Amino acid sequence: MKVLVCVSNVPDTTTKVTFNGDNTQFNTAGVQYILNPYDEIALARAIELTEGGKGTVTIIHVGEISSEPTIRKALAIGADDAVRINAAPRDAYFVAAQIADYAKDKGFEMILTGRESIDYNGSQLASMIAEFMDIPSISIIKKLDIDGNQANLIREIEGGKEMLTVSFPFVASCAEGVAEPKIPNMRGIMSARTKPLEVIEASSVEKLLDFKSYSIPAPRGSVTMLSADETEKLVDLLHTKSKVI
Amino acid sequence: MSVLVYVENAEGKFKKSIFEVVSYSAAIAEQLKTDLIAISIGNVSQADLSSLGKYGAAKVLNVSNDKLKSFVNQAYASIIAEAAKKEGSTLVVFSNTFSAKGLAPRVAVKLKAGLADSAVELPEIDNDKFLIKKTAFSGKAFATVELVSPVKVITLNPNSYQLKESGSAGKVEDFTPEFKESDFRAMITEIVRASDKIALPDAELVVSAGRGMKGPENWGMIEELASVLGAATACSKPVSDAGWRPHEEHVGQTGIAVSPNLYIAIGISGAIQHLAGVSSSKTIVVINKDPEAPFFKVADYGIVGDAFEVVPKLIEAIKAYKSNS
Repeated sequence: MKVLVCVSNVPDTTTKVTFNGDNTQFNTAGVQYILNPYDEIALARAIELTEGGKGTVTIIHVGEISSEPTIRKALAIGADDAVRINAAPRDAYFVAAQIADYAKDKGFEMILTGRESIDYNGSQLASMIAEFMDIPSISIIKKLDIDGNQANLIREIEGGKEMLTVSFPFVASCAEGVAEPKIPNMRGIMSARTKPLEVIEASSVEKLLDFKSYSIPAPRGSVTMLSADETEKLVDLLHTKSKVI
Repeated sequence: MSVLVYVENAEGKFKKSIFEVVSYSAAIAEQLKTDLIAISIGNVSQADLSSLGKYGAAKVLNVSNDKLKSFVNQAYASIIAEAAKKEGSTLVVFSNTFSAKGLAPRVAVKLKAGLADSAVELPEIDNDKFLIKKTAFSGKAFATVELVSPVKVITLNPNSYQLKESGSAGKVEDFTPEFKESDFRAMITEIVRASDKIALPDAELVVSAGRGMKGPENWGMIEELASVLGAATACSKPVSDAGWRPHEEHVGQTGIAVSPNLYIAIGISGAIQHLAGVSSSKTIVVINKDPEAPFFKVADYGIVGDAFEVVPKLIEAIKAYKSNS
């Protein structure tokens, strides 16, 4: 089985988000970049399902050369080889078009992504790749098992879950529950340096949107502190002042 | 020209977030001086379909077919795109639900439409410019996106737009889509819904607890507080990582972002990753025994105290308030 895992290079979760140039650009100064945490879950499951000669895992990333440490990390965790499409990842539509273009004639049974990247949180990539390739997609899965020539999945819905079966090939976006992220071991880190990393130039894709500017949520007014005995007063304030109950 | 809104049902019924997205779409249709058309797929009663008129839908397209009783992502996307083309829709709007996260991107690709997900307010429309504000960096920031394509798609975050009743009963029309067999390759075999609990993603009130609760055996009072309030329960990352609570309750940067009217955080210190997921809550109450907990800095109300002492008192206070109101 051939599995393609799409990975994104994102600011570390502890990043304090600020912007430059009159709030038009994310300020990358001092920002540590990491492999998107949800993509780590997708990668871990792909490795589990192909271990022991059952298949191969290819990493694909759309980004510039600066994100190669993140690709090497994915290889260190256990992917077999990697592809980098050399372009700034403008938006999900652009990235999905590049990945679909690469994957269309490679015979991957499964294409996995994280449920969202923790920077733009669009949750768009998996469905867009699938639509470009005209294959099924299942968003935000919590479980993924292979059963002969089909896969059994569990998808999260508001207040519940759906069990699904899907034939190959398909695209799925992975959330917590699918697998525990894997930590690379020393052998993985050593071998990652020599695993194949192919660089491909991007194809041209029409522009449908533009990120214009950014803002930070307005700070809240000062906090009203109450004592542990004032729960009745709190309930009263929530009702009369905040009007939320 | 028209605006098309997809009205998702849960077991044949519309949730409040659907009335919100219809109200929101009606406001945009008014700005664009055009009509709002709603499309429903599945088995919803005529009365419920017609009630969407109240929130501004001039017409409701009803797709009812046995093959479409439960959600089929690819087929639903084809139907919505087909309806958008037939109705000449230049904008398609979804409520940002789990299912819409699968649908909207497919519809956007089919229509070559720019997609703004997680919108938090009405777009700013000025001649040819179409700007829309959405959450980014997991709630740490907002981004303003310009959609430059002729056809556009928006997904609206639940609980970010007020219901607005404007119209009267909507006209319901049957819509018979074309079927493509290849759209039915992923099929649902079973749906499980926790009927006794309020779903977290679109909850208006949320009671959330963290490591300060000391262990999963102490969640009884959290459940009780949620129950007396009519709130959903949530938790911090260390709690779901430790297996004290299920992953779907994990709120924060690597869990889900919520925007309830009220978020009560109990025994959660307020790490930057957790705060990202709750920053768009309207009112935040923090209960923590550590007066230095960073969460107090972003709270509206704070109580420094032991959860095991404060929460039972709060439950009593809410019970008393409920019985008097």
